[in-house]
Amino acid sequence: MKRQIPLFITFFVGTLLIFSVFIPPMETLGENFTLFFDIIAVFAFFLGAGNLVRVHVSKLRKRKADWGFSIVTLIGFGFMLFVGLLKIGNPGGIAADVTAPGSWFQEMFNYVINPLQSTMYALLAFFVASASYRAFRAKNREATILLMAAFVILLGRTPLGMMLTAWIPDSLSIFQIPNMAVWIMNSFNLAGQRAILIGISLGVVAMSLRLILGVERTYLGGDDSG
Amino acid sequence: MRSRSSISPGWTLLLVTTLLVCIVAAPTFGQMPDDGVITFEDTVQVMVAAPTSLIATDHKYDDGEKIDLQWVPSIDDLPGIGTVVGYRIYRQDDGGVAEVIANLPAKANHYRDENTELGHTYIYSVAALTDGAEFMSNLTESISPEREWIDFSKRYLFLIALLVGGAVIYFIEIARRGKKLFVRKIAGLEAVDDAVGRATEMGRPILFIPGIQDMDDVQTLAGLTILGRISKTIADYDTEIFMPVSRSLVMTAGREIIKSSYQTAGRPEKYSDNMVTYITDEQFGYVAAVDGIMVREKPATVFLLGAFFAESLILAETGNYIGAIQIAGTARPAQLPFFIAACDFTLIGEELFAASAYLSEDPKALGSLKGQDVGKAVAMVIIVVGVLAATMGQAWDISSMNSLVDILKTIFSTS
Repeated sequence: MKRQIPLFITFFVGTLLIFSVFIPPMETLGENFTLFFDIIAVFAFFLGAGNLVRVHVSKLRKRKADWGFSIVTLIGFGFMLFVGLLKIGNPGGIAADVTAPGSWFQEMFNYVINPLQSTMYALLAFFVASASYRAFRAKNREATILLMAAFVILLGRTPLGMMLTAWIPDSLSIFQIPNMAVWIMNSFNLAGQRAILIGISLGVVAMSLRLILGVERTYLGGDDSG
Repeated sequence: MRSRSSISPGWTLLLVTTLLVCIVAAPTFGQMPDDGVITFEDTVQVMVAAPTSLIATDHKYDDGEKIDLQWVPSIDDLPGIGTVVGYRIYRQDDGGVAEVIANLPAKANHYRDENTELGHTYIYSVAALTDGAEFMSNLTESISPEREWIDFSKRYLFLIALLVGGAVIYFIEIARRGKKLFVRKIAGLEAVDDAVGRATEMGRPILFIPGIQDMDDVQTLAGLTILGRISKTIADYDTEIFMPVSRSLVMTAGREIIKSSYQTAGRPEKYSDNMVTYITDEQFGYVAAVDGIMVREKPATVFLLGAFFAESLILAETGNYIGAIQIAGTARPAQLPFFIAACDFTLIGEELFAASAYLSEDPKALGSLKGQDVGKAVAMVIIVVGVLAATMGQAWDISSMNSLVDILKTIFSTS
């Protein structure tokens, strides 16, 4: 019974949502179910927050490695919760939007969380450099072709690419590096991306049908027999 | 009983006011002031032609909440002249007072009213706006929105869904009857046992990252179904697994899956809730925490299976830096190159969804993969036919080929 009820709900809701695409009076059903999901997710957040506190308190108590970071985490969590729930510094008072400009909650977001997130995002530039270095090493024929294509696109997207091949007459403009870059992106790259997207779409259909029909039930936990 | 085509007091007042303004303004338009110098400031109002041919039609295939309006813009709405600054849509609901429902920019010639109600009757008018006045179009016939029960505009989508879905169900049924089905080898999935074995031999943990989306994303579900298979191997090998998550629901689902794997393996005592921990919903906060875990714990194997965005390369490069064997998979094409560059094995798009069926070796699940292949075969045939028809139609101007292209566009267009 523990498994049959979730499987029935999955089958019923999945089938209903498929048909709702073709029946106009039911077309908002998908959005409504998304709202239900959001409501459930809000309650589930208490589990997540509880787990976060439990893990870090335990780490502190046992003086595990790097327990100092747990203090920062717990203080940050508690402080944001406090200023958010009581809407400290909120110009509109307790009834106002928690993210109102000027509220401590929003100020913390603007001046602490945002810069920290930007810092992490900025790391991407360095990681792109190191990953590109490995990916574009001309180890074999395929890697060499990849390197050449990448080189053309890199040049084609900079003023240098235009400067280098500006002398090529208009009748042969396809050989100008920026045009070659566009050609590679619009022909080879786009074709490859679309092929992957078709595969993904069909994969989603097959996966969804496996879930709806109960063929795939690992996500429910427990053994998948039956 | 009120006649449907009668004009209400609201409309009458609006039209009379407009007429009066025009009558008052007309004699002063273009008059010279006393000093004989013509200045535009003396112009009370610029006269423009009203929009014409306004028609209202019920929007097809909706729940009765939309009406489409179309009109011919004012002939004075010309580029560069700028006397018409925009259009204002008026609506009269069940013979009530006409109300403004939208203001549109110049050049607009259509509008969709998406706030109508079944059983109500509406009359519309459009006014061309100048800086100081409005010039009303004709009134539409009274119109009531209608509800359609079936959206026939999606008939081709329905047929395609029927074909692909039917093929999947057919092959599941074939497999259920015991027919052996061939499925090509997927290198990334063949390496799963080796990757888990490596962590066991090195005595280091396995890190499983299910992406940063919630349980309503099919990629997360695909990642978790793979977790179900992998965690059984992990439980068999008695290796340590750690799964930091960015969504609370994924945490509860992940715990259930791993717990049941340990129970199936006969080692329930080895399971701990600490194997799956919630970090944060914030994208880069999560990345920072997971990177920290990687650098501190130095897992021997990292699985990145689910929905990933900008964090994909940061995570994969950190895994590469610590020397972990990495198996990644996502259905986001923009992130695939990053995984291919930084990971040892990558499940590209559909392979992510095929993985759980592949690893389970369950005939019914494998049957669904065959059904998926039918969809791919149909797509390939249509693409080849479409490319040939479009090329021949363009090159030799063959009308039948151009017609075929149009038919294919109609069938497969998503807009």
